[in-house]
Amino acid sequence: MIDNIDLSLVDWSRAQFALTAIYHWLFVPLTLGLSFILAIMETIYVKTGKEEWKRITRFWMTLFGINFAIGVATGIILEFEFGTNWSNYSWFVGDIFGAPLAVEGILAFFLESTFVAVMFFGWNKVNKKFHLVSTWLVAIGANLSALWILVANAWMQHPVGMVFNPDTARNEMVNFWSVLFNEVAVDKFLHTISSGFLLASMFVLGISAWYLIRKREEQIAKKSILVAGVFGLLSSLMVAYTGDASARTLSKVQPVKFASMEALYDGKSNAGLIGFGILKDADKKIGGKTEKEFAVKIQIPGLLSVLTGGDRNSYVKGLSDLISGNEKLGLISTSEKIQNGRYSRDVLTTYKNARLNNDSSKVDSLKKVFNDNEFQNRYFRYFGYASVDKPEDVIPNVTASFYSFHLMVILGFLFIIIFSVALFLLFNGTISKRKWFLWIALLSIPLPYIASELGWLLTELGRQPWIIQDLMTVSKAVSRISTGSVITTFILFAILFTGLLISEVSIMVKQIKTGPKH
Amino acid sequence: MISQLFLQHYWWIIVSILASLLVFLMFVQGGQSLLFTLPRNNIQKTMIVNTLGRKWEFTFTTLVTFGGAFFASFPLFYSTSFGGAYWVWIAILFSFTIQAIAYEFRSKPNNVLGRKTFDMFLFLNGSLGPFLIGVAVATFFTGAMFKLNIMNQVRWATPWYGLEALLNIRNLTLGFAVLFLARINGLLYIINTIDDDELAERSAKALIRNSIPFLIFFLFFVISLIFSSGFAADPITGGITVEKFKYIHNFIQMPFVMVLFLAGVVAVLFGIGITVFSKSHSGIWFTGSGTILAVFSLFIIAGFNGTSFYPSLADLQSSLTITNASSSQFTLKTMMYVSFIIPLVLAYIWYAWKSINNSKITEEEMNSEEHKY
Ligand code: HDD
Ligand code: HEM
Ligand code: HEM
Repeated sequence: MIDNIDLSLVDWSRAQFALTAIYHWLFVPLTLGLSFILAIMETIYVKTGKEEWKRITRFWMTLFGINFAIGVATGIILEFEFGTNWSNYSWFVGDIFGAPLAVEGILAFFLESTFVAVMFFGWNKVNKKFHLVSTWLVAIGANLSALWILVANAWMQHPVGMVFNPDTARNEMVNFWSVLFNEVAVDKFLHTISSGFLLASMFVLGISAWYLIRKREEQIAKKSILVAGVFGLLSSLMVAYTGDASARTLSKVQPVKFASMEALYDGKSNAGLIGFGILKDADKKIGGKTEKEFAVKIQIPGLLSVLTGGDRNSYVKGLSDLISGNEKLGLISTSEKIQNGRYSRDVLTTYKNARLNNDSSKVDSLKKVFNDNEFQNRYFRYFGYASVDKPEDVIPNVTASFYSFHLMVILGFLFIIIFSVALFLLFNGTISKRKWFLWIALLSIPLPYIASELGWLLTELGRQPWIIQDLMTVSKAVSRISTGSVITTFILFAILFTGLLISEVSIMVKQIKTGPKH
Repeated sequence: MISQLFLQHYWWIIVSILASLLVFLMFVQGGQSLLFTLPRNNIQKTMIVNTLGRKWEFTFTTLVTFGGAFFASFPLFYSTSFGGAYWVWIAILFSFTIQAIAYEFRSKPNNVLGRKTFDMFLFLNGSLGPFLIGVAVATFFTGAMFKLNIMNQVRWATPWYGLEALLNIRNLTLGFAVLFLARINGLLYIINTIDDDELAERSAKALIRNSIPFLIFFLFFVISLIFSSGFAADPITGGITVEKFKYIHNFIQMPFVMVLFLAGVVAVLFGIGITVFSKSHSGIWFTGSGTILAVFSLFIIAGFNGTSFYPSLADLQSSLTITNASSSQFTLKTMMYVSFIIPLVLAYIWYAWKSINNSKITEEEMNSEEHKY
């Protein structure tokens, strides 16, 4: 009934989605953050009436425009890719997932694209106040669009607010507010936009530092550093705070992902927080999968227990607890989940066949089963496990999850330091002379990009094999088109996006070298 | 309690409005497709690119919102058509991706690919975009090659994944009709927004050259529609049958839609007429509104009155109707509340549009404007 699918089709579809998402995410965070920085700069201009602030705003606005265009270009592919490459998924959840995407279009994209035109072309056509309002609306629109897409993504990590309808064979939304205020969505939104603010601040700081190194545009550079430093410091603190909140939520709603990013196999109380470590293969195995262990590690004893459970004695679940089950903790084993998932799938199949054969008494009695709470909570919530072969298959790539998480966190703390130092040097008036710092600031521009992509890799790779946690695996979600078609489009997109990226960076660098107009 | 049937009709209307706005806004694409032939010199070309460039985001955003709204309200269409007619949609997406950067990048120094390439991107998007969208929409009437299993998962019945639509002459004629209509709207928009007598004259001449093929293709499509059978859904069982002269029946049973359609066609012709015969600069208002009315009523004919809006040629019973393809009542209702904000959106778009378009584009402005494409 649900036919099995060629594995390479799944892999190529994943690769294509990853490629387009990663490219899209190279441009989006700068849009999220720089739009607010522009709004702040223009507000200062309107308040003080000083022409130089207008020049500053317009300079950064040029760079914004270049980046914005390519963000839009890559975004449209993603939106339609849910249909083209994940059509089974799109049907299974379209009732819920489609709604945020539509709201995004109606509420956010129009706001953004309308006022972006005023922002670019309105300088001499509308009055100062209206122009300022437009710039703020662009920032708000951009961040609203982030909200809706992240609500959609959060739902895939932690599906809430829906019930399964056997007649249509899909999940249907019953509570819009619990989809919107899904705790994962709240964390994700705050963490993601603040990481965008941080990234844009580093971008502004780094480029301004370059002007100082070159001894050009000193006034503009320093004023930009003032804005970027304050905004950057605040947002990097917010990134750390919301990242911590995300991790706590994760430990509750996606414990397998959480244990993987900590590389925690055996659960324990008084668990330490790994600051950093290097992984190697261990002798032990979970099922057929080789475990990892630490070759080297730096850890703060007890802290992980404190962070997740409130005190040192609280128990942190490890991968083996989650796979093999743990009666004391009330955790059922993955093989039991697989059985329960298969049972619910069988019920669905029987129901479908009864429908086909017009066996109305059977249809009615089975329909009652679907409405039964016991069935929902015990069996149907593990529906996706029906297509899992072996318990250990639900463990994502531990190495990738661990490193991406820890590198992101380390970078996060580094950014707090960089912004603090920048502000300190700016206020004591020595920043132009501290060449070493200026170089650090310049060379740090790529780092938030790396941290940000790592964050998504963690989120998405750590969720494997699920496309919707516990309900649907990636391999069931894919569109059944020919692998050759997907390979062809993958190559086309790879060439196109790479060409566009090269062009974008080259234009950007040229504009920076040219500097603000006089 | 708002009935499911009402909501499904409500959402089909919203989707139809978005589609008709999209076809009208493709005047941007139509203009782009004229980029290599219409302007006589560089400054004219710059003016054309800039007047179109200030509007491309609207078209693009409308396309994106159309996709999102379709996904939310009729997810089975979204998963069936996109996941099956893969190549048609990918080609459309591709052509819009290359458009989105072309304006911003074409005249920037160091753009690596060179201005010619970006102009070529604009041209390709301008020609392929409307044509392919026309072909895709034509399959609403002519059908597509898919099968759904009992889990509602799509399987395409040809190895061409949608490209086979290009072999159907009726699909092609609608494709060309939409393309020439976009070019007509593009020309009228250029006449309306650029202050250059020579360009206006050239555009008026090109208008004649584009109106003739438009009329031929459009008439061909409409006549074939009148004589063609349609796919009707039984209101009770949902079973699909082929009904002779279905679309004529739809027009007769929904006379209001027929009036809208005819009014649309008349308005399109009127806009062309006053531009050609009395050198008016306001043709876009008539032809544009006519486009919206005509496309809107075609969509209504495709989906209302128990018609399958996405018939399957491979398996009749897999055909999609607004009843069997829609979201749940709860989602449709929630989304309906969201849709109440659309008038506000239209209002601010209108206001912002007017505030930056209140004077025509001139040569002087092109020489002084800082943010220029
Ligand atoms: C709205 C949902 C959503 C959002 C906002 C993102 N993704 Fe995602 N991502 C998916 C929804 C998704 C998906 C559709 O669910 C995929 C496709 C297959 C899968 O497992 O998840 C996926 C896969 C996927 C993969 C491949 C994982 C694998 O190997 O299977 C990567 C690397 C990323 N994504 C990266 C990103 C990045 C860098 C994003 C930042 C923009 C991003 N995702 C945003
Ligand atoms: C995989 C999921 C995603 C999809 C389907 C998607 C879809 C899109 C689309 C269609 C556009 C073009 C919009 C336009 O017409 O202007 C776009 C641009 C954009 N997206 Fe994404 N996006 C995704 C991920 C994200 C994420 C995670 C964020 C932010 C956190 C984001 C924020 C933005 C922003 C700020 C833009 C800039 C341009 C604009 O909004 O017009 N997107 N995206
Ligand atoms: C300072 C310490 C940080 C902590 C504790 C932290 C924690 C986390 C966690 C736990 C996730 C996974 C959320 C999930 O899977 O649902 C995540 C994701 C993410 N992180 Fe971080 N992070 C930190 C710093 C950063 C920095 C510096 C950036 C970028 C500049 C960043 C960008 C992201 C992004 C874009 C995501 C994906 C979106 C999301 O799922 O929220 N993070 N982070």
